[in-house]
Amino acid sequence: MSVLRKRWQYVVLFVGLAALFLLPAYSSESTVSFVNRVLIAIVAVQGLNILTGYTGQISLGQAAFMTVGGYASTLLVTQLGWNFFFALPVAALSAGVVGLIFGLPSLRVKGFYLVMATLSAQFIIPWITRNIYGDILHGAQGLNVPVPIIKLPVINNLCFFGTQFDGELGACVYRFATSDQFIHISLVVVILSTIVAHNISRSRLGRALVSIRDNDLAAELLGIDPFAYKLKAFFIAAVFAGAAGAMLAHNLRHINSVTVNLTDSILFMGMLVVGGLGTSLGPIFGATLVILLEEIATVMSPWVISVLPDNAAGATAALRPLIFGLALIVFLIFEPRGLAHRWKLTKAAWRMRPFSR
Amino acid sequence: MTPNSGLLAVRDVSLSFGGTAALTDVSFDVQEGEILAIIGPNGAGKTSMLNCISGFYRPQEGGIFFKSADLTKTPTHKIAPLGIARTFQNIALYTGLSTLDNIMAARHIHMRQRSVESMLYWGRAQREEVEHREVVEGIIDFLEIAHIRKSIVGALPYGLRKRVELGRALALESDLLLLDEPMTGMNVEEKEDMARFVLDIHEQRGVTVVLIEHDMGLVMDISDRVVVLDFGVKIAEGLPDEIKNDPQVIQAYLGEV
Ligand SMILES: Nc1ncnc2c1ncn2[C@@H]1O[C@H](COP(=O)(O)OP(=O)(O)OP(=O)(O)O)[C@@H](O)[C@H]1O
Ligand SMILES: [Mg+2]
Repeated sequence: MSVLRKRWQYVVLFVGLAALFLLPAYSSESTVSFVNRVLIAIVAVQGLNILTGYTGQISLGQAAFMTVGGYASTLLVTQLGWNFFFALPVAALSAGVVGLIFGLPSLRVKGFYLVMATLSAQFIIPWITRNIYGDILHGAQGLNVPVPIIKLPVINNLCFFGTQFDGELGACVYRFATSDQFIHISLVVVILSTIVAHNISRSRLGRALVSIRDNDLAAELLGIDPFAYKLKAFFIAAVFAGAAGAMLAHNLRHINSVTVNLTDSILFMGMLVVGGLGTSLGPIFGATLVILLEEIATVMSPWVISVLPDNAAGATAALRPLIFGLALIVFLIFEPRGLAHRWKLTKAAWRMRPFSR
Repeated sequence: MTPNSGLLAVRDVSLSFGGTAALTDVSFDVQEGEILAIIGPNGAGKTSMLNCISGFYRPQEGGIFFKSADLTKTPTHKIAPLGIARTFQNIALYTGLSTLDNIMAARHIHMRQRSVESMLYWGRAQREEVEHREVVEGIIDFLEIAHIRKSIVGALPYGLRKRVELGRALALESDLLLLDEPMTGMNVEEKEDMARFVLDIHEQRGVTVVLIEHDMGLVMDISDRVVVLDFGVKIAEGLPDEIKNDPQVIQAYLGEV
């Protein structure tokens, strides 16, 4: 949908990406950590978009699959000593397999009942992390997560590429310790996930998914196996969630059963609606706007406290969901097809100038 | 096991919904290369017959044989790849997709790219997109719908949607084409266009056509043979001229009026 056509569009994209990669050089730590949070959410919402936007299967399990990815990656690094960059894709795939299992009910049920089935993931998976293998998973307390590192050999007593010598490891090491460094991981993953999501939307796989969304009976009579493709959608959605979860865990340096929870699953769905279901740009727009609103809520809380001093704590806590809920309602009424649709109209009008107002 | 004779053999098919019998012991053959019309009053079981052939309904009794496969026992999504395509009485397009993508979606069974290749959009995936796009553009030109190729089909007028649906069925490049009332609800001009397309498809592509239609004039003009259903029972089968003068058929239609 958003294929780049002109050279200037590539230039804008390149400059934009360069600006993001260099963000830590000229922005405050809070800005960088904000962008980092947006990037991680984008990956999760892109996955949900494949499942809900393209395939029409509503799921409230996305946060649970993030939890799987976060734990899997952490355990691969801490228990097996893997490097984070190998643990990340494997953790994503393990989340995919778990997603596949929770997608099985889609063979039988649709709509509301499927929501209930995916919701069960949101209860079962956190419960498992709290109650099973306590010696490894540390129950409700959760796990501390190591900083991702890149290790390079020492060459001629020198370390290259910005790495620093670490006596304990006896090697040159680069640490993605804070968002200033971590944002580069997030950016690379978002670029890859955006490319994959876009490729899906313009090829055989994506058309099969949309066929099932728009008319599953016709799709079946035209030779598409709905069950196989629904499962593929569940798998892909959970792989994206798993990658997002692994990133989040290593960025926050901690994960437990509530780090990402049902509220996040609902937020992801909201981001998708606000951004535009079934569009390439929807997850990017939606995640950015909703997290921006959360920031605004945080900024507004001192003001709320000054207006409502008697119930300061309650009012502040209610501010985020209140603003999120309002935004969702406003979009559902005035822009039900989301920001991506508005963007498309604006672009079309721009191309038609000077004949459009 | 397969009763020989023809491309498609319908044998003693009975289908009922709870108490109502939609089809009772229906048998007929479809010869390779012919246009066979199925006619009958409303509720006669014509659509149910097509639904049984395309695997959407499963008859309680009987068999439907196509290229040595019993369609009543073939998984629904495996019937199209055998060489059967269809359109629907109530139009079943992918409403959120453009004309182009609707027809591209029907190339699914002819594409070989695996899902992983789709995701990487590399090599075979990219090649296939280009190749199949050409086939689809050919169909779009043939059906004279180039002006709506990028339009979302949900917003198109009825007559055009019917035409896009025909295009989608064509994209399957099937040996047997099942058309459920392709001309119903159209004006005279649109009907003539549609009839011309059906005849052209039949001639140029050598496709066998099974057609449900209420317009008797049209049926008599374009079909080679006619099967008549009434209350789920086959009451006549033969050449258009024979059918026109068959007392039982006249009775069935007069009884309805
Ligand atoms: N899914 C279904 N459930 C229950 N009854 C059905 C179903 N499909 C068809 N029938 C019944 O089977 C009978 C035949 O219906 P069918 O749609 O095949 O008729 P038709 O010949 O196509 O009629 P029309 O000319 O109106 O399209 C009708 O009595 C109809 O009510
Ligand atoms: Mg009918």
